[in-house]
Amino acid sequence: MMKDMMAGFELFQPADVETALELLDRHGAASWRLAGGYDSLDWLKNRSKQTRAVVDLERIAELRGIRESGGGVEIGALTTLTEIETSQLIRERYGLLADAARKVASPQIRNAGSIGGNLCQDTRCWYYRYGVKCYRAGGNTCYAAAPEAMNREHAIFEASRCVAVTPSDCAPAVVALDAEMVVRSRAGERVIRAADFFMPPSIDIRRMTVLEPEELLVAVRLPAAWAGASFYFEKVADRNVWDFPLVNVAAAFRMDGATVADARIVCGAVQCTPRRMAAAERLVVGRPRTEQVAESAGAASAAGAEPLAFNAYKVSLVENLVRRAVRGAQTSEPA
Amino acid sequence: MSEWPPTEVGGDTRASSTISEDAPWALPMVSAIPAAQPSPSWSRRDFIKGIIASGVTVSGLSYFGSGCSGALPAQTVGGVERLLSLSVNGQLRRVDVLPAETLAMTLRYKLGLTGTKLGCDRAECGACTVLIDGVTHYSCSTLTHRVRDREITTIEGLEGPNGELHPVQQAFVDELSPQCGFCTPGQVMSAVALLRRNPNPTREEAREALAGNLCRCGAYHNYLNGVMRAAQSLGAREA
Ligand SMILES: Cc1cc2nc3c(=O)[nH]c(=O)nc-3n(C[C@H](O)[C@H](O)[C@H](O)COP(=O)(O)OP(=O)(O)OC[C@H]3O[C@@H](n4cnc5c(N)ncnc54)[C@H](O)[C@@H]3O)c2cc1C
Ligand code: SF4
Repeated sequence: MMKDMMAGFELFQPADVETALELLDRHGAASWRLAGGYDSLDWLKNRSKQTRAVVDLERIAELRGIRESGGGVEIGALTTLTEIETSQLIRERYGLLADAARKVASPQIRNAGSIGGNLCQDTRCWYYRYGVKCYRAGGNTCYAAAPEAMNREHAIFEASRCVAVTPSDCAPAVVALDAEMVVRSRAGERVIRAADFFMPPSIDIRRMTVLEPEELLVAVRLPAAWAGASFYFEKVADRNVWDFPLVNVAAAFRMDGATVADARIVCGAVQCTPRRMAAAERLVVGRPRTEQVAESAGAASAAGAEPLAFNAYKVSLVENLVRRAVRGAQTSEPA
Repeated sequence: MSEWPPTEVGGDTRASSTISEDAPWALPMVSAIPAAQPSPSWSRRDFIKGIIASGVTVSGLSYFGSGCSGALPAQTVGGVERLLSLSVNGQLRRVDVLPAETLAMTLRYKLGLTGTKLGCDRAECGACTVLIDGVTHYSCSTLTHRVRDREITTIEGLEGPNGELHPVQQAFVDELSPQCGFCTPGQVMSAVALLRRNPNPTREEAREALAGNLCRCGAYHNYLNGVMRAAQSLGAREA
């Protein structure tokens, strides 16, 4: 039990974004942004990460809510996964994200877990979370890629020293929807495409997103272009509740009659960032979503995979999930 | 918390304003701690409750003290006030809460509400489920300072005016839902929240609503039977 009590920190509960940014600026790398806390408290309880100043976003009303904006929808970063899953607006226009949110963790976690926290969460590689000094923690080895390592949950693509994967169920969905991430710091606002928001280990092995310590993700914008498209989300996990994806797929197809006009097929938990299945997308665009097209898209999906000792099963999982996405995508149920 | 008797309690008579040396940031004692040993006729539960009721939070303090090597950083301007009022089960409770304290800790070790259980302390089991403004949350993963102005309901808050069981609890008894019983308070809270929001759930809806509560005895079907029976009896009461 000794490790279950967090080390002391100062807690700040600013009421607006300005004050939060000021606090982040003042405390720099010693600060910690807190949303629902379902990733954060784990680190602090295990004492594998420390902070002196927790900036709790809970009281910032402007970070909450789902609103229409410019033909699309803007979701405040602190909006809970339950709110997203049950929002009429999201279900009607962007059912893909509602389906993804619904698959996260457990009801209690979704009642507090936020979309911002879900997209910014750290990897679940348990060597790293256990607190060992691996590459990602600033050390000089990867425990998960060692010959005797248990790496059933790890990456099959794009490993670069670190073989950890993105654990998020919502991340592939926002990439498939071409979402924009609205980021603020005291220096101003920048808008980042979801596809560029997640950080590959080849560029910076120490973090999962491009966010700087003094920046806040304030909102996620879903563009009008993908509203009401045909969607498919599926997550494969050991249990239906709590467990992180072994592989998940989020797909969006814009149809022109019976043929696919544009497609996004994105898998999570196969590499450190959500992976666009570019070859599969190219194969379906301009064609009808027939069994044959689904088959060839699936077969093209895992090219270049480099499985570790215990995760070769992910190769066929990716192929099958892409097939199922092409076959099974549907427009959102009308309200 | 597994040792009995807790070594800090027996014979300790530290007086009011003493500040513990191994936990300099800990609360000054409110009153002297009685030098009493638990009498053999007391149950462990009675003893703990007695300690809590007398306003002495020694068991909590020793808990919080353990393993904390560094002192709390000096108060920075704008940080939260430690003394706060919590609305728990319809009562306003004044309590001194550390910034890093979770609601489960506050409820169990400061307010004596030990019906809320701590299983994993990692949001992976559901034993600590409480209602915050009627919505289920894991109290092990909720900082107490976040719920300052919210309404908290624990299992203790469900009993009727004359101590009668809540219909969900009664239904769980009737359906033999609990086996070992450790997950039961959490299961009850999830069921109560479900029935408030959806008085007439399907079994599948009940299954989803209780999905965040692990039962190591595997009594899931009995719990679901209990929820369905509770929905009936609540419906009948309303009719
Ligand atoms: C038992 C368990 C099971 C889980 N299962 C799943 C699962 O199956 N699928 C899944 O996708 N997730 C899962 N999760 C993760 C959970 O969904 C996320 O932890 C949660 O969504 C994160 O949201 P939060 O608001 O709780 O984040 P927090 O813990 O508060 O924050 C997470 C991280 O993001 C940063 N952050 C948060 N908000 C912002 C912001 N606005 N700007 C900048 N940085 C920010 C924080 O500093 C922190 O580093 C699980 C978690 C647990 C504990
Ligand atoms: S996979 Fe990455 S996070 Fe895990 S041990 Fe290797 S370097 Fe560390």
